Amino acid sequence: MGKYLLRRLAMNVILIAVAASLAYMLAATTMNPRAAYQGRRPPVPETVIDATLDTYNLNDKTPLLQRYTTWAAGVATGDFGRTWNGGSVNDEMGRRIGVSLRLLFVGTLVGFALGVALGALSAVKQYRPSDRVIGVASFTIMAIPVFVLATLLAVATYSMNRALGFTLIEYTGEYNPRLTGWDQWLNRLNHLVLPTISLSLGAIAFYSRIQRNMMLDVLNQDFVRTAMAKGLPRRTALVKHALRTALIPSATYFAFAFGTLLTGATFTEKIFAWHGMGAWLIDSINQNDVNAVAAVSLFAAACVLAAAFLSDLLVAALDPRVRVS
Amino acid sequence: MSILQVRDLTVTFPGGVQAVRGVSYEVSRGEVLGIVGESGSGKSVTSLAVMGLLPPGAVVSGSVTLHGRELIGVQEDELTRVRGKSISMIFQDPLSAFTPVYTIGAQIAEAVRVHQKTGKDKAAKRAVELLDLVGIPHPDARARAFPHEFSGGMRQRAMIAMAIANDPDLLICDEPTTALDVTIQAQVLEVLKTAQRETGAGIVMITHDLGVIAGMADRVLVMYAGRPVEQGPVDELYYRPRMPYTMGLLASIPRVDGAEGPLVPIEGNPPSPAALPPGCPFAPRCPMRIDVCDEEEPPLTAVGGGRHVACVRSREIEHKALTGADVYPLPVIPPSGAVRVPRERRATVLELTDLVRHYPLMKGAVFKRRVGTVHAVDGVSFDIAEGETLALVGESGCGKTTTLQQIMRLEPPQSGHVVVLGQDSARLGKAERKALRGDLQIVFQDPMAALDPRMPVGDVIAEPLRAHGRRNVAARVAELLELVGLSPEHAERYPQQFSGGQRQRIGIARALALEPRLLVLDEPVSALDVSIQAGIINLLEELKNTLGLSYLFVAHDLAVVRHLADRVAVMYLGRIAEIGAVENVYDRPAHPYTQALLSAIPLPDPERERARRRILLQGDPPSPADPPSGCRFRTRCPKFARLGEAERRRCVNEEPSVVRLANATGERPDHGAACHYAEEIEVIPASDDQEEK
Repeated sequence: MGKYLLRRLAMNVILIAVAASLAYMLAATTMNPRAAYQGRRPPVPETVIDATLDTYNLNDKTPLLQRYTTWAAGVATGDFGRTWNGGSVNDEMGRRIGVSLRLLFVGTLVGFALGVALGALSAVKQYRPSDRVIGVASFTIMAIPVFVLATLLAVATYSMNRALGFTLIEYTGEYNPRLTGWDQWLNRLNHLVLPTISLSLGAIAFYSRIQRNMMLDVLNQDFVRTAMAKGLPRRTALVKHALRTALIPSATYFAFAFGTLLTGATFTEKIFAWHGMGAWLIDSINQNDVNAVAAVSLFAAACVLAAAFLSDLLVAALDPRVRVS
Repeated sequence: MSILQVRDLTVTFPGGVQAVRGVSYEVSRGEVLGIVGESGSGKSVTSLAVMGLLPPGAVVSGSVTLHGRELIGVQEDELTRVRGKSISMIFQDPLSAFTPVYTIGAQIAEAVRVHQKTGKDKAAKRAVELLDLVGIPHPDARARAFPHEFSGGMRQRAMIAMAIANDPDLLICDEPTTALDVTIQAQVLEVLKTAQRETGAGIVMITHDLGVIAGMADRVLVMYAGRPVEQGPVDELYYRPRMPYTMGLLASIPRVDGAEGPLVPIEGNPPSPAALPPGCPFAPRCPMRIDVCDEEEPPLTAVGGGRHVACVRSREIEHKALTGADVYPLPVIPPSGAVRVPRERRATVLELTDLVRHYPLMKGAVFKRRVGTVHAVDGVSFDIAEGETLALVGESGCGKTTTLQQIMRLEPPQSGHVVVLGQDSARLGKAERKALRGDLQIVFQDPMAALDPRMPVGDVIAEPLRAHGRRNVAARVAELLELVGLSPEHAERYPQQFSGGQRQRIGIARALALEPRLLVLDEPVSALDVSIQAGIINLLEELKNTLGLSYLFVAHDLAVVRHLADRVAVMYLGRIAEIGAVENVYDRPAHPYTQALLSAIPLPDPERERARRRILLQGDPPSPADPPSGCRFRTRCPKFARLGEAERRRCVNEEPSVVRLANATGERPDHGAACHYAEEIEVIPASDDQEEK
């Protein structure tokens, strides 16, 4: 097992290196960090611009391969270089990963748990009113783009707060920097409510559809009948035997969704003004920030591979048939 | 005192389809009631209705009383107290009947804890005891194994252990051995008898296998189209059936102890429960039908001696002592011209010499590596003469199918030779191989899966013709359809519009399209109901004789083999254990494995079945990835167990090869066995008509 894990880790490191290198090459050839300095009033002398860009390893006059080698050597020692205006990519990334994790962790978990529960319920009640309501609601939510849904939520909250006369639920930002201690904590939680609802609604809709199908596959199987034949109440048989088995395929979806969402929740982060990884990807592209784009791509690749590993672990934990062979 | 009483039970599914239309029976303590019927006769639905396990939407009426307490219409929680406690159920397919994610021990312990207030440890201990009771070796270790780590027979034992966990009063077994091999079936039936002794429970045994019922049941209920048509004590019903359906059923089964000659087929198909004919539902297929039969469905009436029959002519049948052979028209099959020529002088159509097929055993999901070799076929030799049927028999995993695939591929084998119609498969060019395929065709096991559902039957049959560049196929298709007993108009229809038996006829027509000389039949009748099976067997026999075909026939049902084959080769773990003319191998089997196999087949004859002594094999066949040294059968061999130390050494060190037996004389001196200590014995009691000869 240890040997297998080591081999798998080595494979993943190679894959991440390839993905990040390709991203860097693409960003370095197509982006123009010089533009940010050229358009200034009063104009900055070209030699100054060159010198500045050289210190950040962003100068397009340096051959691409040389810039790449410098960047790669830095990444190998854990230094992702400088942003277009000289900030540390490492610091920025560390902060933003924290933001994204705080934002997404609750939302994804809530979305998965509720989605699975609703999906299982609608499978058990197939073609009954409750199944139809869940189905129509899921498809409606899935049909609305995230940015529309998030904006609608924000607008609704804003009008509610106005009607109440005080801010019941925060609709923008991550926290209020003027508060401290417990108040700060509560304020952070308050800020989390709206983005969590927006994120989990989509997840609930998605998982409920998947789980309904998985559950329907399992419901007609003999072992559910066996469980009832030995005297288990229907509800126990459905939860302990049917749902437990039907969870195995959903675990894979869950792991991958979580991995890709870390850099993919762009709209949610933008609309609720949380400065996370997804927002950074868009911002850095806009700002011609080569090193930041490369860093986000590397992080995304690492997330996908970690998700694949997580899904294997989850499936192995849930399914003894995989574990033994 | 009866435990269970069922009165006028009816089950209606959504859409108004009546699957069960008035079933009544009762079961007493320690009694075994057999319920026989073909698929769709409502036998399984009846038992699910008793358990209250039918899918929501099914409407049940009538009465089911357990110890006098009504079960129909009571609250769900009252039913859960009964299920698994007073009534337990054993299902057909033991693989899907266990939840894959929990250990066997945990699932049995769960059954204990639902009904008894015991701690987790105690329930787990009880599970181990139960596994021990049903004969699972190392029960404490096996209790921690998952269902997929158990073999089919072991799973069915565990299923029985779970069913008797709470000492039930009634066991309902729904086709408990249908998915198992015969030697494993014999073991499981023994376990069921043990379970019954331990619990004193009554048993409802549902099956289509009249042999299993003959040996187990005290009373039998025959179902047809959702209703019982005959009921009575097992001996009475088997020896003096009074309803034409029962008579036909008993006459249509090929028997391992039976005489040769055509089987008695029941014409037509069982009616669909959605479109029952007026009057007696069996009337359209009945050879004794009179006008009254179409007017009204005859009720099940008592005729004395605990017997009930639903037939207007039952008195007459009893009076004249009619049997199935008397009332059903016996088809006439023209004799074969080839068999008159002695076997040595006939051409050889297929010859296998030391055929080997090994598969690498791989491990790992991302990085595959070879961890061993599966010896699927390990040195098999036999030949088939023109106009002959050779049957390849053996239990699942013995290499029958792999052997077939190696022949059908027409590619050079890993080792050994495959010679088809005088041409060595290793030396074939591309064009020769294609031409040879026309002479070598196959009929598959599952007639539904073998036909493309989106292709009209005419195209299905025409496909091989077109593939070989024939033009004007329509006339040939019509001819082929008539040859297999269908009509030319059927060419326009799609496979799903046909019944299982008709689909198999279409499969045969397709195989015959190119006028092959050798037909490979892969379990051609095992997916069919008994009454349909007889018609297909007769058809195959007739085609062989009229068209001069040779068959390689793969089967696990030894009774069918006895009926259809001239020679038989018994396979065990990739090698041939015994080979010879059917009458030699069946009447005087010399290999201990053949003896066990033959003795495991239940006879549809209650008295003889009860009087028989079985040679029970221990355990499951070893894995073909790790066959035992020397003789592969020695680990389960009853003879090996009786040998002395010095004699055993030969079995362990030296692999036996097939040797012609010294006293194989008579009409066909064709009998060989791969056993160092081969000894011919008789394991099937001779049937009456053979004694008369």
